[in-house]
Amino acid sequence: MTSTALALRQALRRPWVARIGVVVLLFALWEVAALWWVDPMFLSPPSRVFASLQSVFETRGVPAALRITFWELAVAFVLSVAIGLAIGLAVGLQPFARKSFLPIVLLLYGTPQVTILPLFILYFGIGPASKIAFGVSHGFFPIALAIVAGVQNIKPILLTSARSMGANRWQVLRHVIFPHTIPSFFAGMRLGMTGVLLGVLLAELYVSTAGIGYFTTLFTQNFDPTRLFGLIAVLAAMAIALNEIVRRAEIHFGRWHTD
Amino acid sequence: MTPAQRKQEKPLASRAVQAAFLIALVVLWYLATTRWRVSPLLLPNPLAVLRDFWDILTTGEFIGDLRVTLTELAAAFAISATSGVVVGYLISRTQYRIRVFEPLFAGIFSVPIILFLPLYVLFFGLGPASKIALGATISFFPIALNTIAGFGYVDKMLVTAARSMGASDYQLFRYVLLPAAWPVVLTGMRMGFTVALLSIIGSETIASLAGLGHRIVHLAEGMEMARMFAYIVFVVMIALILNTLVSVLEARGRRLQ
Repeated sequence: MTSTALALRQALRRPWVARIGVVVLLFALWEVAALWWVDPMFLSPPSRVFASLQSVFETRGVPAALRITFWELAVAFVLSVAIGLAIGLAVGLQPFARKSFLPIVLLLYGTPQVTILPLFILYFGIGPASKIAFGVSHGFFPIALAIVAGVQNIKPILLTSARSMGANRWQVLRHVIFPHTIPSFFAGMRLGMTGVLLGVLLAELYVSTAGIGYFTTLFTQNFDPTRLFGLIAVLAAMAIALNEIVRRAEIHFGRWHTD
Repeated sequence: MTPAQRKQEKPLASRAVQAAFLIALVVLWYLATTRWRVSPLLLPNPLAVLRDFWDILTTGEFIGDLRVTLTELAAAFAISATSGVVVGYLISRTQYRIRVFEPLFAGIFSVPIILFLPLYVLFFGLGPASKIALGATISFFPIALNTIAGFGYVDKMLVTAARSMGASDYQLFRYVLLPAAWPVVLTGMRMGFTVALLSIIGSETIASLAGLGHRIVHLAEGMEMARMFAYIVFVVMIALILNTLVSVLEARGRRLQ
């Protein structure tokens, strides 16, 4: 066996090298398929997609559309956190409220919200407001449910001992309940981000006048797969970055809890 | 009040609150459409919605769209369940493969795959094929990931013990691996089913020629609000029935093995 082959085998033994190898292989397959087998009207090779990223950004309106979509995602996420936190605490803090309203929250969470997407457009218009509202409708449920679960999992002995040492309601909330819900809060935020991404992008794809949905439709109808792939790649990168931020935050803030 | 009485009363009180909440919602809805003159183009009268709902059920006009959606769902789920379980099982056979592929799948799963809908429409057209392909893609990942988790992390001790007692490959699979992995695989299938349903209705809403999602959009564009609300109620009920059915099947399947 030659030394290079040996070195390759050595390298492939590491999972992350092999993982990158798989990804590279898939891209190579895509490149070959696009060059020789598939109609260029539908599929364009990754090399050309990559080279034309510049032209995607230079298309009139695309940078603004990406900005608008990012802004919609950010606003929807912040609102989801605020609403999820409020509903989660309102439902979770009182056992009676939890028993009464948790089933309703779960029922609403279990319904496919995508069926009422046209209603959101009707009520909030075709601009960014409807995307934000639809994103919030997907994002706040997991956050609220995580808060409820977090409050529920606090050991009763901690609450009892805090009270017996003379803590008032606010102090219990501030020093016992709040710190203990932080890990599940961040877990909920991660799921909430997934929901917000889904909701905003669904609404964007459904109808859009200035956001990225407008351009995906435009590129699809013009049979311009190069720029369509480019735009989707940029959006996927945006989604991955946002997911990664909340995932890192979850790991960071979830850790201290393990005593 | 004795503690026993208290225990009995609490759930009853909760039920009462739940019922009151839902009734209040409907009453508010009714008052909004009659007293406060909210435009019927924004919010139709609940009685009109009920009438249309009844009309949809009795005339059976929902059957065509329901058949399209359910066929798409069945095809998508059949594809993703078989490929997800097979691929997941093959990957779970060595630790090396798990470490190569699991993070890859988890990474792809965290991207909102609905983004690729325009590509699917470009490749497969506006008909059912693009919905089936998208639904199968989205539901493949939870099924494959759970299959890997189920078969890949079976307690080593159990495998070694079975081997040392002379279990054959088949016996090891049938009596050790399968019972350990089965509940996790089933959970993956339930998750896959739910996301397949969601993505199929979603993609019907965005770009399609037929199906329940398409019908709702069609009515929305025609401003037939009462009928659209009736269809929304219908689709939500179908989804709840399907999800409950799948949960029941999952619970059944767990006991089966």
